[in-house]
Amino acid sequence: MKKELVELRVNDRSHEVAIEPSKLLLDALRQDLQLTGSKRGCDDSSCGACTVLVDGIPMLSCTLVAASCEGQEITTVEGVSEHGSLAAIQKAYGDWGAAQCGYCTPGFMMTVKALLAANPDPTAEEIRGALSGNLCRCTGYSQMYEAIKDAIEAERKASTEYQVASTEKR
Amino acid sequence: MSDFSIIGKRTAMVDAAGKTTGAGKYTDDLTLPGMLIGKILHSPFPHARIKRIDSSRARALEGVVAIVTGKDAPNPYGILPVGHDEHALALDKVRYVGDNVACVAAISEAIAENALELIDVEYEVLPAYFDPEESMKAETDLIHENKLHNIEKDYHHVFGDPEKAFGEADYVAEGRFIANEVTHAAMEPHSTLAAFEIDSHTGKPGRLTVWSSTQVPYYLQHKLSLVLDMPMAQIRVIKPLVGGGFGGKSEVIPLEIIAAIAARAAKAPVKITYTREEVFWAHRGRPRSIIDLKTAVKKDGAITAVKARVVQDGGAYCSYGVVTILYSGALLGALYDIPNIQYDGYRVLTNKPACGAMRGHGTVNVRFAFESQLDEIAARLNLDPAEIRRRNLLKPPCVTINGLRVQSYGLPECIQQVVERSRWKQRKGQLGKASGLGIACSHYVSGAANSIIRSDMPHSTVNIKIDRDGGVVVYTGASEIGQGSDTMTAQIAAETLGCSLGRVKVVAADTDLTPIDIGSYSSRVTFMAGNATLRAAEQVKKQIASAAARKMNCAPEDVVFREDKVFRKGDTQGQSPTPLEPTQAAVSVSGRVEGQILRGSLQQKRKEEGQKYFLTFEEAVVAAIDFHGALTGTGSYAPPPEARGGKHKGAGVGPSPAYSYSAQVAEVSVDEDTGEVTVHKVWAAHDCGRALNPVSVEGQIIGSVWMGMGQALEEEMVWKDGMLMNPGLLEYRSPSSTESPEVEPIIVESVDPEGPFGAKECSEGSLAATIPAIANAIYDAVGIRLHESPFTPERVLAALRARKGAKPINLTEGVDPTAPRRFREHGGALWFRGKGPERHPLDPARREAADAGGDD
Repeated sequence: MKKELVELRVNDRSHEVAIEPSKLLLDALRQDLQLTGSKRGCDDSSCGACTVLVDGIPMLSCTLVAASCEGQEITTVEGVSEHGSLAAIQKAYGDWGAAQCGYCTPGFMMTVKALLAANPDPTAEEIRGALSGNLCRCTGYSQMYEAIKDAIEAERKASTEYQVASTEKR
Repeated sequence: MSDFSIIGKRTAMVDAAGKTTGAGKYTDDLTLPGMLIGKILHSPFPHARIKRIDSSRARALEGVVAIVTGKDAPNPYGILPVGHDEHALALDKVRYVGDNVACVAAISEAIAENALELIDVEYEVLPAYFDPEESMKAETDLIHENKLHNIEKDYHHVFGDPEKAFGEADYVAEGRFIANEVTHAAMEPHSTLAAFEIDSHTGKPGRLTVWSSTQVPYYLQHKLSLVLDMPMAQIRVIKPLVGGGFGGKSEVIPLEIIAAIAARAAKAPVKITYTREEVFWAHRGRPRSIIDLKTAVKKDGAITAVKARVVQDGGAYCSYGVVTILYSGALLGALYDIPNIQYDGYRVLTNKPACGAMRGHGTVNVRFAFESQLDEIAARLNLDPAEIRRRNLLKPPCVTINGLRVQSYGLPECIQQVVERSRWKQRKGQLGKASGLGIACSHYVSGAANSIIRSDMPHSTVNIKIDRDGGVVVYTGASEIGQGSDTMTAQIAAETLGCSLGRVKVVAADTDLTPIDIGSYSSRVTFMAGNATLRAAEQVKKQIASAAARKMNCAPEDVVFREDKVFRKGDTQGQSPTPLEPTQAAVSVSGRVEGQILRGSLQQKRKEEGQKYFLTFEEAVVAAIDFHGALTGTGSYAPPPEARGGKHKGAGVGPSPAYSYSAQVAEVSVDEDTGEVTVHKVWAAHDCGRALNPVSVEGQIIGSVWMGMGQALEEEMVWKDGMLMNPGLLEYRSPSSTESPEVEPIIVESVDPEGPFGAKECSEGSLAATIPAIANAIYDAVGIRLHESPFTPERVLAALRARKGAKPINLTEGVDPTAPRRFREHGGALWFRGKGPERHPLDPARREAADAGGDD
């Protein structure tokens, strides 16, 4: 198949890549952009390890054609950490042991990021429901719930501090 | 204040950030310039002779660089020295659907896949065996010519006088239990990248480097050397991050060798990554086990004898099979006090993918049977199920009737903890309709006392290097696979040297750099690699202590290392006449900067200060290096002779320097209309000796319980004539977050006399108790005894109807997705594009099909 030039906007940066029109987003990310954080864990979109955000919505990059994402804002796990340091959710996942082998973790990062963007204060049931599309074989998920609660708390604290700081400035 | 400053603290894994940011590299994330992609052609037949392979059409395809077949590497191998029955690529026969026939290396995955379809293989189809009990009767068309009746190995052990004990028993329980096959399904599919370097002297391909998703880099190096006819010194195995193993990567998987063979033929680096479906076919999981179990008890519940006959459906190759069947018998001991044991174990070959080691290796299925039967006995004798377990406790230190040495034994406390936390006494039998509680116990080895390679070499060796920057580098062959091996190593080194965790860098699992460690399996890493790390650190510490002692004018034995400081015994920092301030400032500077400052000013400082009351870690290190040069230490661990077991045939498997213990209570409810079982909560107490990192220990306990619950309720490899019907994560039904119960992990610390800081294993022992705890809870809830796992709605409903005397209904008759006449195409199936496999005329499946009127 002849390659075509496609412009992908990933983690706030634009990249021109020459790819087959049938190339999957996951393969384009991993092979053409060397963004290997997104993982392939299955053949049939059953594991969620390849989850990325497309215009903020969690999508399985293993079943998306890369060329169809032109003009859309793609966020991968590489785009989660803020200014070279761990985001609250990344720190919390580490602290709580919610990432053991870590292979499913990038997918979970994206799913949780989308969940918290849409619903900053989810109930336990909502968290369980949101994570159900991502498989993990190590943790039994329990420590992830704690990590997510912790991350929400940390974010809240940070934003309160920020507000206080900016009020004082004024 | 605890006695420790690093261990026992909740610590994030040292490699956590790489995992949460996606920066960490797994094998499939690696690329090399000029790298080719390899794809494997698998057998479409469960049992067939290869008559001819013609790859000329595939070779002609543009972009194909090399095609290799069995002839390119004919040496046999296998993980066990007694089981060298595999070839990386089939030589003359294929023995299961999915067996490896040829490999294409091409410039892209798509070209390689297309090339596979152009390889013509002519097979002579042979009758195949799928049921172990049928297979044991085989006279002709044996799977391996030298294995009569397709029996890989059988063992017959008698300890004590079981016959007499059965004769004198007050009650004897007897039953058949079946545990169906399960697989690891680690999230990362197997992947290997192999590359040769050109030798400067000969000008030909020389050293081989292999990056692979393996739990056992050293064994991989060994088997590569065997198959490729290369000296081990010419082979370097590097283990990048591994996305879970659970035993599935604890032996050499064909692709690991095939990638190297293909790279040799293609004269270019080759990477092969399995599709998820290929991972299922590669398997090496827990075999289907048929367990006939008989237990004799006295009126008071004391177990007097156990008799077990176990038949394991091992698949087409030996793999770890001989060890699995021995574990099934050996670990009848060391949990309870059982004076008489008879064990008959049969590891049987069938034409299915080989089974191997999986979390709880060999013990899980038998434990399900044993703990279920013990529950039946308790009900029969009108005893509390927790109480009957208490009445059969061992009295350690002791050696069991089958030669297992038990020292630390936290089982009584585990039972007490789960009984209290679950409010067992108040709630058992009081939960209302169709809800119940069940209890069960289990145990596991902290590493096998006898290595599978018969030699006197230590099981683990660790090197430590400290240079002037004060950075501690630990070189260990132990494989981090997500369980926290690197973190454990760093913690033990830091605790022993009294330095901060941030100072320690772990270099792991690279056979060029790290000393031999036999790998991450049988829960051996904390105990064995941990002890080796401790010893290496102590050796280095001794050198630092003698230099520090001279500085502080005291005996080296009186030097204490703690929290990045070195001081004299008895002097706590506060009492020391030297002001604290400079030290705290020094600690806050990073090690490297501080080291440089020290280098410049040290000599001046020395002159000014005279005798010191304490030194910072760097100062002490520099003092020692000024004396010795860079500090290095080596420590190794070999299990003590008295822990290595008895003398009988097969005695080598089962002994361990220490056993972990677990007790669990499960709370379930059963939907009597649909047969669906819901696990609401599991209380899991685990005796891990000492929790070096409670976060990791709890994670391992929860993970084990969760995986056990998967096997108990949902997970099952469904076979139809040697064909796997559910080779995908969705169909294999690994539990998702919505199906997973709350698990309350309870850490019990029995402090083992030989473990590093008293630690034992914590990653496998908990799994086995979960299945019977759930089974027993189902009995408590609805009064049915399930003898076959997993307890699917179908099986539960059948048992419920049988109890009522109602006719069983076959829910899936006619629409059973597991019974297609023609193999349905699935996912990335490479070997079934188009028609399904043909059958030998004598194949029972074909006869059935003919009886049913044609093939479809």
